[in-house]
Amino acid sequence: MNNKSVLTRIKNWNLLLPVVSLLLVMAVNIIHDAAIGANPLSFFMITLRQTTGNGTILYGRIIDILNRGSEVAILAIGMTLVVSSSAGTDISVGSVMSLCASFCCMLLAGYGVSSTTTLAVPLIVGILGGIFIGVLCGMFNGTLVAYFHIQPMVATLILFSAARAIGLLLCNDLIVYVRNEAFGFFGGYIGVIPTAFVIAALCIIVTSLFLKKTAMGMYIQSVGINPKASRIAGLNSKRMIFMTYTVCGLFAGIAGIVAASRITSADSNNIGLYFEMDAILSVALGGNSLGGGKFSLAGSIIGAYTIQAITTTLYALGVSSTQAPVFKAIIVILIVAIQAPPLRAFFKRRSAAKQVKGAAV
Amino acid sequence: MRKLTTVLVAAMAATLLPAMAVAASDDVISVGFAQVGHESDWRTASTKSCQDVFSTENGYDLSFVDCDNDEAAQKEAVRSFIEQDVDYIIIDPIIATGWDTVLTECEDAGIPVIVIDRTIDDSDKYAAWVGSNFMTEGLAAGEWLKAYADAQGIDELNILTISGSTGSSAQIGRSDGFNEVAEKYGWNLLDEQTGDFTEAGGQEVMENYCKSYEGQFNVVVCQNDNEAFGAMTAMDNAGVTYGPGNDVILISYDACTAGLEDVKAGKISADFECNPLAAPFVEEVIKTIASGEEPEKEVYMVEHWYALPDQIVDFEINGEPQEMTEVTDEVIEAQY
Repeated sequence: MNNKSVLTRIKNWNLLLPVVSLLLVMAVNIIHDAAIGANPLSFFMITLRQTTGNGTILYGRIIDILNRGSEVAILAIGMTLVVSSSAGTDISVGSVMSLCASFCCMLLAGYGVSSTTTLAVPLIVGILGGIFIGVLCGMFNGTLVAYFHIQPMVATLILFSAARAIGLLLCNDLIVYVRNEAFGFFGGYIGVIPTAFVIAALCIIVTSLFLKKTAMGMYIQSVGINPKASRIAGLNSKRMIFMTYTVCGLFAGIAGIVAASRITSADSNNIGLYFEMDAILSVALGGNSLGGGKFSLAGSIIGAYTIQAITTTLYALGVSSTQAPVFKAIIVILIVAIQAPPLRAFFKRRSAAKQVKGAAV
Repeated sequence: MRKLTTVLVAAMAATLLPAMAVAASDDVISVGFAQVGHESDWRTASTKSCQDVFSTENGYDLSFVDCDNDEAAQKEAVRSFIEQDVDYIIIDPIIATGWDTVLTECEDAGIPVIVIDRTIDDSDKYAAWVGSNFMTEGLAAGEWLKAYADAQGIDELNILTISGSTGSSAQIGRSDGFNEVAEKYGWNLLDEQTGDFTEAGGQEVMENYCKSYEGQFNVVVCQNDNEAFGAMTAMDNAGVTYGPGNDVILISYDACTAGLEDVKAGKISADFECNPLAAPFVEEVIKTIASGEEPEKEVYMVEHWYALPDQIVDFEINGEPQEMTEVTDEVIEAQY
């Protein structure tokens, strides 16, 4: 009896499919490694590694996934809220990342300086400056969507095209190098753990605590399901939508700082390129509807790390980078398809039929 | 309405005045330059080179258009140069095809076109092309590696390549050149993945190489300096040492200032230049045309191969002996 209830609980767990997808992607590596005669679990091995700089860090493919997937995971938090509240997507996050990175590096290096090892302003000023720009961009998007009723994709299209260009202007059309150890920290390691992962974890924890403790999560869903009814029920729908876009901008800023810190430079042309697509995909892979309303933050985060797991797996399998996007597309189609409502309904019907049959016998 | 007219008149005057000024002085040579965009340090150096050479002090009037990687905008820019009736047009074509109509218009207007850097494949209605020979850069890197490995007594080379944006002329030329040499000497080419010419790309590819080919490689070839910066961070984290006298021979292309600094610091073993300073060569072509002679159709720029003294070895490309340049503070200072 107890056994069965655990099984049912797993079956009804809303994160079941995203988690299974992630595990399946990683399981491919076990088969591959076993087939080539290597240790089947080599993909999952995590060891302590002595770096050249005399530090010690955690080392392994799983760590790479947690490390490299962090920017998209951070973006996915904001994207989930935006999707839920406004039934639309914020396609500007990648460009905003680039703008925030550029602004941060411009502050740190000083305007017009293309390469520096010393900081022109205290580190915290640059970091907060970059994040502040992200918040401003989010507020801009939020104003257009919430108060001017512009469709989210159109409203965020403005910064999608403009933000990167503004970043280039700030950087004088150059890649600004801030080759400073303190700045490199956010893309480096805290002790043995990648800083980017710690930052992503903090963002996730703070957001989910906030959503749970303040009932904000429920409000956002309610606005997404029916903004009019929510307003009549006493919720300020406009302000709620405005807030989700602002939060999305905030997280784009944080992701931008992490991306810039990884390469200790502001590569305005390339930072965050196509990341908006990965962020939206994370939300979808997490089993969330892009039609707004009910959402699962955990699902989106798992989705984000699934995308990185696919990338890392393709590298591990030695798939040529020219063909990798094709394989990525096939895997994504499979994951999205098994979560599609008609297929889900089909499986539910089948298991129900089985149960009926079992009861009859 | 009155206000609008005033604005219009003012705008027209503003557009016409510079044109009249140019027409007034005959000895000023007007040049139109349709640049690709501003995506890298290399590109910025290329733009600056043109602005320096075709300056007012040197007797030129330069109309510069940054096309921001928009091919339609670039053709529009060339047409506007024809309308302005400039003396010469310089194009760095964003894409290689679809140029015949525009170049015919230039020919009809009697304006010589000089193509720089990237190539035009479907038309030959330009006076000359000035640029780098990426194939030669690849061959140079390969032949240098052969000579250096022989000098060091390394007889087995296991090579990982982080290539540039797939399909770009730089990636194709450098890969073809280097792989030709690798095939000739029977080297083991382990893998080639693209890092899209970016530091983040180089970092991620190298991070995975370090795990997939743990202890199996002793040469890493990065197809530009930014990828090499990324690869170095990844190798640092994996505890792999690189540069002269260490586990891995690191080869890079472009030789921008930051790249040369890493050569000097003993991190990059050798750096193969891709010269962005096309303008002096373009000026030569213009002078040849002005004197009524026919310029050469393809002009290859002089490029340098950089290393520290211990890594400087003699090698030949197709029987032609190559000279290497030692990296010193002065060289770095003078580099773009």
